[in-house]
Amino acid sequence: MSGPLVVHAVMVAGILFALGLTGLLARRNLLFMLMSVEVMLNAAGLGFIAAGARWGAPDGQVMFLFILTLAAAEVPVALALVLQVHRRFHTLDADAVTLMEG
Amino acid sequence: MMDFFFYVAASVAISSTVLFVIAPNAVHALLNLILSFLAIAVIFLLLGAPFAAALEVIIYAGAVMVLFVFVIMMLQVGPKSVEQERRWIGIRIWWVPVGLAMLLLAEVGTLIATGAVTAESGPRRVGPEEVGLVLLSRYLLAVELASLLLLPGILGAYYLGRRRREDP
Repeated sequence: MSGPLVVHAVMVAGILFALGLTGLLARRNLLFMLMSVEVMLNAAGLGFIAAGARWGAPDGQVMFLFILTLAAAEVPVALALVLQVHRRFHTLDADAVTLMEG
Repeated sequence: MMDFFFYVAASVAISSTVLFVIAPNAVHALLNLILSFLAIAVIFLLLGAPFAAALEVIIYAGAVMVLFVFVIMMLQVGPKSVEQERRWIGIRIWWVPVGLAMLLLAEVGTLIATGAVTAESGPRRVGPEEVGLVLLSRYLLAVELASLLLLPGILGAYYLGRRRREDP
């Protein structure tokens, strides 16, 4: 239907996903890692919306809704874990939480 | 015209995400992340998905980011955080994100003023009514699964977030 715009939107989604992955791997602050996960989820949503726009179908937006639900369910639990880590270790460094030596 | 808007929004999204990754400070990173979400919402609008754009602004840039702000502010309470906050919200920190946000605002304003949310050459506009019809017919099982996911989310956040008696 509309070639270049959708292709470029998928490319933007790929770039955003790579940036989120870079943030997740490069930062050691737990809050930063969580926010990078949010960036990656958003990039996936952008990919779905672009694919839905390519075919003019509502399915892409439906998948984006599910990604939104997933993020809304994940963020409070993860932030509660971050609060617990800060309460027990008094730091947000991910390397401090290695008591299991995994 | 529409392509130009798309590329402006995409470059705002990418540059604010880069600023987010390299920001040393959590509050500044959050500021750039919100801007990135707003830019992605404009991209959604240009791709013919106004419902997803509204949800992106309301839920992602609104609710989820407010949770992050709450946690960041909870983790640093005390008298010296006031001085720290005053240092954080200096004008030099704000002008780049505010400038990019103004760019997005001008773009949305132009879209509203010209009344052309999607051009004829652009993708077909898929409104909320179509999304709702498909969501509650073909994806009904997935909606139920999402509700099953949200309930443990609430309970888990409550259980993990409460203060235990043996905690200091």
